[in-house]
Amino acid sequence: MSTLVSPRLREGAAYRGLVLGGFTALAAALLVLADAVTREPIALRRAEDMNASLAQVIPPRLHENDLLAATLSLTDARGEPVLVYRGIAQGQVSAVAFEVVGSGYAGEIRTLLGLAPDGSVLGARVLSHKETPGLGDKIEATKDDWILGFEGLSLGNPPAERWGVKKDGGEFDQFSGATITPRALVRSLKDGLEFFAARRETILTMPSAGPVAAASPSP
Amino acid sequence: MSNQTKPTEETPWGSIVRDGLWTNNVTLSQALALCPTLAVTGTATNGLGMGLATTAVLLVSNILVSLIRGVVIPEIRIPIYIVLIATLVTLVDLGLNAYVHELHKVLGLFIALIVVNCAVLGRAESFASKQNVAASAVDGLAMGLGFTAVLVVLGGVREVIGSGTLFAGASLLLGEGMAFLETTLIPDYRGFLLAILPPGGFIALGFILAGKRLIDARIASAKQRGIATKRAIA
Repeated sequence: MSTLVSPRLREGAAYRGLVLGGFTALAAALLVLADAVTREPIALRRAEDMNASLAQVIPPRLHENDLLAATLSLTDARGEPVLVYRGIAQGQVSAVAFEVVGSGYAGEIRTLLGLAPDGSVLGARVLSHKETPGLGDKIEATKDDWILGFEGLSLGNPPAERWGVKKDGGEFDQFSGATITPRALVRSLKDGLEFFAARRETILTMPSAGPVAAASPSP
Repeated sequence: MSNQTKPTEETPWGSIVRDGLWTNNVTLSQALALCPTLAVTGTATNGLGMGLATTAVLLVSNILVSLIRGVVIPEIRIPIYIVLIATLVTLVDLGLNAYVHELHKVLGLFIALIVVNCAVLGRAESFASKQNVAASAVDGLAMGLGFTAVLVVLGGVREVIGSGTLFAGASLLLGEGMAFLETTLIPDYRGFLLAILPPGGFIALGFILAGKRLIDARIASAKQRGIATKRAIA
């Protein structure tokens, strides 16, 4: 087979370094280029995804603004950062949504929770989970309407001690064959409601709108 | 494994294709790439998507490896192939994420697995580094399609047994025009969880491997009988 370089040159250690370095540099350049080209479309797709999820937990009629533009970074009781999306209508915060995380049977269950200013649930949707297909995945709205049952509920309805699955003396059904998954989800929703209750003032204060909005933080 | 080492005068196209699709099939004969094989084949559609993505990477990596075979020396070939394959897979990942986002949501986790798909490095090492570009391209394509076929069959079997559907979600992968592929074979099926879980993958793969052995044995015995009858006639 013909080679492009003379055999004597190919023997040296410098040749190896040069070829290896050359290919790596080429690969790096390609990746930089591809990243630059795809960064914007990918960010757009992500925003579309997030908007679609947000639209499921905050009905579009409740807000006039771009939810992705009106966010607030807070930290929850455990010191974890929480990004709060806020819907605004008629100069007031009309709905909020944020992610809650529960630890399920096989890892984290990330749920997007939408709340009205009075702290009642507008909607909840599971964003990602690793629960057992066919058992634990009934928490997905596409598989089962279990998760729709939370709409309209709040921290006082049912009372705090009844915010659990039936097996734990709570209000909510578990699935046959899967208790850990719904238990984790219910607990994470309750955590979310408590987080909202604790930070309500901050969350409902209009973003950078001056003293008018700050004077009337809640309806 | 037969014809890879000797550089042939004339490229044996037929045997390259046959090797990839059947005789030396990535999964069924080489027993390579079992991790993605078992991980993604919960449905036929996922199998198809993963198979096609792998085929694309195999094809391009084979072509590139064949192109650079004059420059690369044996001592440093493995790191170069790995850098090459990892770069390709990252490009595919970024491209899918940006332009076929729905599919990426389904396959996203597994695209990165193609890097460690030993079949890709295996073909670079045992075929493309020794053959010309055209032969390497055909080999990559044939190996990839053979792999895809196994993934689709395995995914189909597990999907039918596990959830009673076939090609669910195909419109996400192939566009709305292919929505007719999505069929529910068993209505009101409660599902058979084992088939979808990893053990079901192993069991189904076992049956498929056994099936291939059986067919090979049939073919071999039929050939022998054929030779015997020819001899008898002569």
